[in-house]
Amino acid sequence: MSQSPAFQRRSGFSFLLTDTGGKWLLGIILVAIIFVPVLNLYVPKDSFFHVPTFMVSLLGKYLTFALLALSVDLIWGYCGILSLGHGAFFALGGYAMGMYMMRQIGARGVYGNAELPDFMVFLNWKELPWYWYGFDSFSFAMLMVVLVPGILAFVFGWFAFRSRVSGVYLSIITQALTYAMMLAFFRNDMGFGGNNGLTDFKDILGFNIHTDGMRVTLFMLSALAVAFGYVLCRYIVSSKLGRVLVAIRDAESRTRFLGYRVEYYQLFVFTVSAMLAGIAGALYVPQVGIINPSEFLPANSIEIVIWVAIGGRGSLYGAVLGGVLVNYAKSYLTGAFPEIWLYALGGLFIFSTIFLPKGIIGSVASFSVKRAGGVSLTGFFHRISNHMRQNLKGA
Amino acid sequence: MAPFKKILVLLAIIFALNNADATAATLGETIASLAKANTKQKIQTVKVISASGHDRAAEVLQALVGSKLYFQKSDRKVVIIKKAGSTYLLIDPLTAKELGQSPKSKLKKIRINNRIRRVIRGALGGLTLLSKNPGQRLKAAEAVFKSASAGSLPTLKKALERETDEKIKAKMVMAVAATELKISKDQVERLAAVKVLTEFAVPEVRALLGSLATVEKDAEVKEAVDKALSDIEASLVFWNGIGNIFQGISLGSVLLLAAVGLAITFGVMGVINMAHGELVMIGAYTTFVVQEIFRAYFPEAFGFSIAVAIPAAFVVAGGFGIAIERGIIRYLYGRPLETLLATWGLSLILQQFVRSIFGPTNREVGNPEWMSGAIEITGGLVLTYNRIWIIAFSLLVLGLLILFLRKTAFGLQMRAVTQNRPMASSMGIRTGYVDALTFGLGSGIAGVAGVALSQIDNVSPNLGQAYIIDSFMVVVFGGVGNLWGTLVGAFSLGIVNKFLEPFAGTVLAKILVLVAIILFIQKRPRGLFSLKGRAVEN
Amino acid sequence: MKTKFLTLAGASVIALSTMFAGAVQAAESIKVGVLHSLSGTMAISETTLKDTMLMLVEEQNKKGGLLGKKIEAVVVDPASNWPLFAEKAKELILKHKVDVVFGNWTSVSRKSVLPVFEELNSMLFYPVQYEGEESSRNVFYTGAAPNQQAIPAVEYLMSEDGGAAKRWVLLGTDYVYPRTTNKILRAFLTAKGVKESDIMENYTPFGHSDWQTIVSQVKKFASAGKKTAVVSTINGDANVPFYKELGNQGIKAEDIPVVAFSVGEEELAGLDTKPLVGHLAAWNYFMSVETLENAAFIKKWHAFIKNKKRVTNDPMEAHYIGFNMWVQAVKQAGTTNIDAVRQAMYGQKVKNLTGGIAIMNTNHHLSKPVLIGEIQEDGQFETVWKTNKVVRGDAWSDFIPESAKLTANWTFPWVCGNCQKPKFIN
Repeated sequence: MSQSPAFQRRSGFSFLLTDTGGKWLLGIILVAIIFVPVLNLYVPKDSFFHVPTFMVSLLGKYLTFALLALSVDLIWGYCGILSLGHGAFFALGGYAMGMYMMRQIGARGVYGNAELPDFMVFLNWKELPWYWYGFDSFSFAMLMVVLVPGILAFVFGWFAFRSRVSGVYLSIITQALTYAMMLAFFRNDMGFGGNNGLTDFKDILGFNIHTDGMRVTLFMLSALAVAFGYVLCRYIVSSKLGRVLVAIRDAESRTRFLGYRVEYYQLFVFTVSAMLAGIAGALYVPQVGIINPSEFLPANSIEIVIWVAIGGRGSLYGAVLGGVLVNYAKSYLTGAFPEIWLYALGGLFIFSTIFLPKGIIGSVASFSVKRAGGVSLTGFFHRISNHMRQNLKGA
Repeated sequence: MAPFKKILVLLAIIFALNNADATAATLGETIASLAKANTKQKIQTVKVISASGHDRAAEVLQALVGSKLYFQKSDRKVVIIKKAGSTYLLIDPLTAKELGQSPKSKLKKIRINNRIRRVIRGALGGLTLLSKNPGQRLKAAEAVFKSASAGSLPTLKKALERETDEKIKAKMVMAVAATELKISKDQVERLAAVKVLTEFAVPEVRALLGSLATVEKDAEVKEAVDKALSDIEASLVFWNGIGNIFQGISLGSVLLLAAVGLAITFGVMGVINMAHGELVMIGAYTTFVVQEIFRAYFPEAFGFSIAVAIPAAFVVAGGFGIAIERGIIRYLYGRPLETLLATWGLSLILQQFVRSIFGPTNREVGNPEWMSGAIEITGGLVLTYNRIWIIAFSLLVLGLLILFLRKTAFGLQMRAVTQNRPMASSMGIRTGYVDALTFGLGSGIAGVAGVALSQIDNVSPNLGQAYIIDSFMVVVFGGVGNLWGTLVGAFSLGIVNKFLEPFAGTVLAKILVLVAIILFIQKRPRGLFSLKGRAVEN
Repeated sequence: MKTKFLTLAGASVIALSTMFAGAVQAAESIKVGVLHSLSGTMAISETTLKDTMLMLVEEQNKKGGLLGKKIEAVVVDPASNWPLFAEKAKELILKHKVDVVFGNWTSVSRKSVLPVFEELNSMLFYPVQYEGEESSRNVFYTGAAPNQQAIPAVEYLMSEDGGAAKRWVLLGTDYVYPRTTNKILRAFLTAKGVKESDIMENYTPFGHSDWQTIVSQVKKFASAGKKTAVVSTINGDANVPFYKELGNQGIKAEDIPVVAFSVGEEELAGLDTKPLVGHLAAWNYFMSVETLENAAFIKKWHAFIKNKKRVTNDPMEAHYIGFNMWVQAVKQAGTTNIDAVRQAMYGQKVKNLTGGIAIMNTNHHLSKPVLIGEIQEDGQFETVWKTNKVVRGDAWSDFIPESAKLTANWTFPWVCGNCQKPKFIN
């Protein structure tokens, strides 16, 4: 199992001071929060340094993915729970946000019905279903953004962890969970807009979401959320509880024999992670303008895990890096090589699992360690072949 | 209006003279009028042709319904065509003489629609009731039942006397009763007909009686019809239940086929093979290629294409599997979750690969004759041949696989390697070689599953994606590493799904099954048939 | 480690900025965006439309381009991912600065890009038959609205020629198009005196492959003694297993005809159509229609795609009409300016491939002929019925009470996609 360098440190309040990677990450986020808005709003459009709004939204979207990746790294990298259904929590957060924004449209919908969203009007619904109540209030909706994924994760985890469902079995039933949710949300009878989902959002708290200012705000909020998520996760994994989590990851049965109630630790961290995913979803929806059941696709959840793996599992900042990089690669490749981009993306996944088993962060770290000892580029390949040999032994 | 009048005149002539020579001459003219008739006129013409008694009448109608009746654009002469390479061979409809060849551009098809088609089928039924071919007689009896026209009653009765085949006889009895019920004015005769029909609890009879029940004026007959309807209904409900079980088993067999390869690669080897679906897809595309070769070189032996495709798909998908194991998987043993990531990437590549080679659209894989159509157990229970074959095939594949694992030396080595690799290695087993072949075996079976799925589903680059999640569910539900578990898992999921479907609807049924699996895993965290002992922990 | 991480982070930031800081280049060509999925579930249908667009652009360039400039097609892949559609639309408009976009297939993808086109005031041509209930200033709908497909098809089945159906099964995939279409049809059928008990509605998920239960339910429903017809709004991939099951269970078109709105030549290409002869489809175009324009179009398509076996279908014709209308409008306006071209689009006429003339209306929908065809053994449709005149596409259905009140008209005095009264009236 991979041991992250960040973990081998004292816990306590000094957890951030000793976390070099984390300091860099927070530093970069801070720089982005200051510079991106300035470059977007105050630099003239034709200047080389101008950051177009389109890019601000994109960066914001990448950041929500980064937060999502962070939430997966918390449970997978530190507790060994591989969730193949985290997209479900992300989507639920997104739906909660979407429902709030749907209610905000009010009478401005195409049918001019103040009470019902458009899709309900043309499906002949006469009144708002009960589970839509309260979503016209921002604070209630925000509460739901964390509560709904949190409760689902808690209930699901309560059953799963107590029954000691683990490993692949857990992964497969999380997949079943998100798949079942997808089918359910596809049904028009559920009252969530069916396949089309929720769209045509207009504003949040009275602010038009299509203005540059609002986009920049959403970007800054996403960046702050990543920073907050990072600090929270770092705090958890550096605490005593975090050490137990790692113990569970590395030897679940031994930890149990030592007297720890493994299932409570798992349940706690799983629920926190689901809530973080929900927040990511809530920030994602206003920036892309649509939430629909395809966010529940098992394929999406698998991709999240791949971001984490590519960035570097068990380091937290690796997950952030992976979430941003892979999605950037996807944006770039689908535009530049529309016909063959899947080869590149698939190849990247295979390459990184075989050659970078610790992800980018892990490999860069071990590479720098080597280089400090005076090994050249050939050493890098040497290093890789070492990795492979170790893996062949079944590390 | 001129042609229509002409036909009326012709009709008069036909009924007046009924003379063999005259029919031949006028039938020729009647057929010729098809070239520029509208729907109503065509229906008239069909009736005239079938009533002509000419021995080519059935042939001509057959050609018309089979889109083989054309006319030449130049002189509007009606001909039967036969495809001969790039051109058409022209045949005179009346004399069956060959009239030479013509390119397609100089001909125009005589168009028909469902309404005309229905009339032709009824007419053909009357004409082919005395055919020597039992299949044709069966079809004829069914057609006459549907059309229930007074005209064919005498022939029908004659045919019934001669008939020896029980099944066809039953159909003819049904047709006679239906016709009499419809045309007779005599109450006793009609009541008798209803009684006869009650014996046949099939949907067609229900439809016939159902339509009668709403318009029947005779109170006594109506009462009899209503009673017959409720009897038939009860019998249909019973057969419907049996049909449900069959459908469940059939769905289960599809799940089993899709999952059994995964039971090897995932269940036995521990590789979370997300590219499994794509291996199934490769099997389906192999079927397509094999069929293309058959279509091009041995079109008459098309029925054997599936038999050839099965080993071909096994070899091709197995080859891919071995290449995948040697190229990727072997670096990842002991890291099962990372096999998931690498094989996921691989599945993207394989999908795009197939899309690049075969294009993104569906490819046509034909059902051979012996896999088309259905067998009628009783009227209420119709089982389709392709489903029956797939059920048998899935059980055969599983049986062979179990035999292979239990009874062969390689099977022994395989089990040894998966149970205790270092020990197996020290006993002289080449573990790498066994790994590659095991993965190849699982992939090959996935390919074989692709052959079966190509018979009921799309052959497109998305084929694999549709089955991957279900396959994992089946393997996990049944218990990883246990082939019997896979069998029981697949069939129980299939049957439960099919029993829920009529009540809950397709989507809800599927959701309920998924929820049930999630809950079941809580009860038995390692599936239906789980391995026990220390080895389980890792 | 510090330096490495910094370099890496720095590199990615630079890479990001170079990607989006689209260097402004002189517009020497007119750019046409093509927004069709080339991967994922919808690639099966949409790739053909991308090729169609490339063919149309190439052809126009051979004719000397437009306004003396070459037309350049910019292709991106939204990968059947709905939020990615919006992102790619932005990329086309803002980074590539395209003058018009041709794209989308599914309703949800259109809903996803709609706010983008409206906000950035760009222009989209949407080529697929859809559920209606929409009229955007920035979208031209070149596919059929429900009144150009569903209603004529049902009327045909009610007629003597279509079999005088009295009992109806509405089968669909569970998403907006079938739901809305069936709602409209239900209202229409009830207005024609069909009883509620004679209508059966059933929805299945996308890509549904096991049709045994539903086909036997249809059989059962049809055995109640009235002539029954099936109206299918089953989408895409699910059709092949559906028709295979129909064929195998021996449902003949003469007994229970199935009329489909999403099955075209392309879908039939994956099927053995012998058992399906006589089942119907309603479209505005069939490949089998014999006109000079259609023959020329098919010939060009075969030459472009280098495969004689490839078929043409209705959405391809929609792109053909849409692209040619846009070219004419640009010529008429003398510029590619969106507002000028939009004004020039109204009343624009292009010859249909099936004969007659398509006209762009002020509600952004086309007037087109409606054709009903029966499936033939060779995988083609044969027209059995055709409207005498072109039918005007309705943005808002008359059969949904809330929508019957609304009018879409983008010219003075209305200038509105969903209004009850004109905006500019005193």
